[in-house]
Amino acid sequence: MENNSRRGFMGKAFGAVAAVGAVGSLVAMKKSWDPLPSVKAAGFTTLDMGMYQEGVMVTEKWRGKPIFVLKKSAEVMAKEKGNAAAEARNIKVGNDNFMVAIGLCTHLGCIPAFRSDSNDFQCACHGGMFDASGLVTKVPPPRGFDIPPFKIDGNKLILGEVGPEYQSMKDNGVTL
Amino acid sequence: MAHFTKATSVKDWLNQRLAIEKVEKVMASEYWIPKNINFLWAMGMVLVVTFVLLLVSGIFLLMYYVPTTAEAFYSVNYTIMREVGYGWLWRHVHGVAASVVFLVIYIHMFTAIYYGSYKKGREMIWISGMLLFIAFSTEAFSGYMLPWGQMSYWAGMVITNLFAGGSLHADGLVEWIRGDYVPAQAFLGRFFMLHVLLVPIAIMGLIGLHFAALRIPHVNNQDGEEIDFDVESKKYLNGDKAGSKVMRFANDFMSKDMMVVGIFLIFFFYLVFYNYGFAMDPVNFDPADGLKTPAHIYPEWYFLWSYEILRPFNIDLGLALFGFAQVIFVFLPFLDRSPNSVPANRRGAAFKVWFWLMLSNMIVLTAMGKLPPEGVFSQIGLVAAILFIAQWIALPIITSMEKKV
Amino acid sequence: MKNKEPIILAVVVFFTLVTYYLVEPYAHHVMHKHVESESFAYADLPAITKTGDAARGQDLVMGAGACVGCHAIEAAGMPAAMEPQMAAASYGVNPPDLSNAGVIYDARFLTDLIKNPAHALKVEHKFDADKGQMHPMVGFYGAGGDIDQEVADMVAYLQSIAVKPEAVTPALAYENACGRCHAMSYENWTQIGTKPKFKHEKDSLAFDIKVLEYQDSIKTYMGKLPPDLSMYIRSRNEQFISTLVENPQNHLAGTAMPRTGVTADTMDKVIEHMKDAGDTKRHKREEVGKTVMIFIVIFALFALLWKKQVWRDLH
Repeated sequence: MENNSRRGFMGKAFGAVAAVGAVGSLVAMKKSWDPLPSVKAAGFTTLDMGMYQEGVMVTEKWRGKPIFVLKKSAEVMAKEKGNAAAEARNIKVGNDNFMVAIGLCTHLGCIPAFRSDSNDFQCACHGGMFDASGLVTKVPPPRGFDIPPFKIDGNKLILGEVGPEYQSMKDNGVTL
Repeated sequence: MAHFTKATSVKDWLNQRLAIEKVEKVMASEYWIPKNINFLWAMGMVLVVTFVLLLVSGIFLLMYYVPTTAEAFYSVNYTIMREVGYGWLWRHVHGVAASVVFLVIYIHMFTAIYYGSYKKGREMIWISGMLLFIAFSTEAFSGYMLPWGQMSYWAGMVITNLFAGGSLHADGLVEWIRGDYVPAQAFLGRFFMLHVLLVPIAIMGLIGLHFAALRIPHVNNQDGEEIDFDVESKKYLNGDKAGSKVMRFANDFMSKDMMVVGIFLIFFFYLVFYNYGFAMDPVNFDPADGLKTPAHIYPEWYFLWSYEILRPFNIDLGLALFGFAQVIFVFLPFLDRSPNSVPANRRGAAFKVWFWLMLSNMIVLTAMGKLPPEGVFSQIGLVAAILFIAQWIALPIITSMEKKV
Repeated sequence: MKNKEPIILAVVVFFTLVTYYLVEPYAHHVMHKHVESESFAYADLPAITKTGDAARGQDLVMGAGACVGCHAIEAAGMPAAMEPQMAAASYGVNPPDLSNAGVIYDARFLTDLIKNPAHALKVEHKFDADKGQMHPMVGFYGAGGDIDQEVADMVAYLQSIAVKPEAVTPALAYENACGRCHAMSYENWTQIGTKPKFKHEKDSLAFDIKVLEYQDSIKTYMGKLPPDLSMYIRSRNEQFISTLVENPQNHLAGTAMPRTGVTADTMDKVIEHMKDAGDTKRHKREEVGKTVMIFIVIFALFALLWKKQVWRDLH
């Protein structure tokens, strides 16, 4: 009897050892499905916010999407004053104010063009218009430009990381 | 060691080593099928034939398909459709069969529900069948990614987003599934692997299980009658072919299977050559573009009913109900508490209504899943989704009150 | 026992057809707005009142400051002065060669186009002269006489130098009507012409650069790069393409795509060309389809006869 139970025990022990191996290989399999380091490295875009000039719209790229960066002049800021929706979208880095947004029309995802003379965006596909803060001024787009996750780090803006300013925008429904 | 004698023929030689005569008896000539069945019992064979069509056409597509985001669309639409001899035919057969296989699966499923073929020892047939349904769904979805058109890309985007679990925001899980922030090379590569290797292996294994599950309880019949297969098969072997309640699988039932398959193939090839649009969505002939969302995103028709259960609710409730809809059919043998295993129309009004309402409601859900979620369509969708859930909750209650017939 | 199979079959077919009807014809009817064809009449444009004289038209078209100031006319021995990407960069958009304009485009459309381009092209929302947004093509102001007569003469001249309608091939129709904005890579067509086979990679790359430069100009002009039309015959249907070309605004209000003013005959040929690109094997499909259908009916018939024979003993 003792012999039998030992045999039963060794059988279970063997099973346990095999299970360790199986779990170990699962770890390797899980890791193989992770995004590659090169993909991850491309997932964060660090912008040096000191580089931008007022009123000049620059298109950056983040995770395959165009990102509009527009430094707002004092004049634009004065115009925005009192407009709660526009103020909520403002991104302040140091003493400068920016509009940073995913540059895709929220209607059908065309990329709107910036018009420097009128300081706004117009979508060539269906005529949607957005102001300098990214809010819709002419339909069909259902909502203003989406804002990418960002974190302010000194004079830099890290796209892809969630900072407190972005979190509060998201919580308040400023962006999706 | 077994004793081998000098073989008198090739057949004898094989027989000594592989027992082919015995195998032939077990699998075909003495595999007994009740006579009291109709053409719906041939759907299994129709599915086998469709699966073979998918497998063969898939093999030929695989030889020229290139699983990279840069080349996939071109390899399908230029190389296969224009250059490869009969490449267009393989693609049309593959696309149409992928769609039609679900039609037949649904017919097969509702046949089983109608005739109670998931009861009294046939539970494993039903469960293995539902596992096959899940495996086929995975196969269909992963295959839909491969041409890398607009609908591939955006369906991939939307469906993988479901794994974020709504308010859980499990973006990490979504990115893990995709291997990237958006569907890209890693995503296409792994869905290609799933489609051509892992899921087909699973399907073949499950088909084996599904067939094995049939051996002991045998195939059901039109009246849910319990047949003594030993007695009836003896009668047949003793020459009373007409008086026996059973027949051989081959050639008796097989000849009927082939007749149904013949009629099915007329329908199938008509679709392949003259009406393939329903199975090959026009939107997917636009190359994938991550910067441009199509105006309407919808899954293939066979996923629409469950997609519609997701849509009318807020994201969390929608996901929960969607999950419910995905798995609930598996539990049917245990939710049906009735002692009767006879056709639905003989089980009393309650189950009869339940059956036809379930079928009609799933068609309503299917239609609403495709129509834009606006105005009256979203209201109908909401009602239909609630009705679907309510019917499943009601099932154990109405079936346990059912009288024994 | 009564044979229930016909009624079972009827039930299966009924539910299948209802499902098919709802998710295909009905859903598409709801999702896509239906635009009726205007049968390429261009009825919104003024009717032609004058009969033109090709000889007088020639002087007008060739006159300084008229058409040939910007447009090439190969058929009349006036090749393009600049390569297309250069022309696109300097004019904003590449002025087309007018050799076959007289056969590709509708006469009524051409008549209005010469006088008022933005109006005929239906792009006045983009080119509003009152706001200083000028269309790259300057309208014809007249050469001193009856302007309607002069325009009629010019149109008559363009018609006289064009190839005969029967000689317009599907590819020619496409290249003239669509090809300056829309590439068709499966037919090796770029916006600046068919890409030749180059012996040296350097030359091939140089050609690609010209295409890219040209595309940059179109992007600026149109707002985005117009799509490659290789697979459009399958991603859009024939009716959509034809009504879109007839009047883009009917489908996409505010779109930058101009009305091209093609004749119904040109449209048919454009569609034919798109089928050649995106549904190349359609003739083969129809031919094989017939054979397979005949075979499969015979197959089913033999299956039926076999079943009858096997089952004779079973009843």
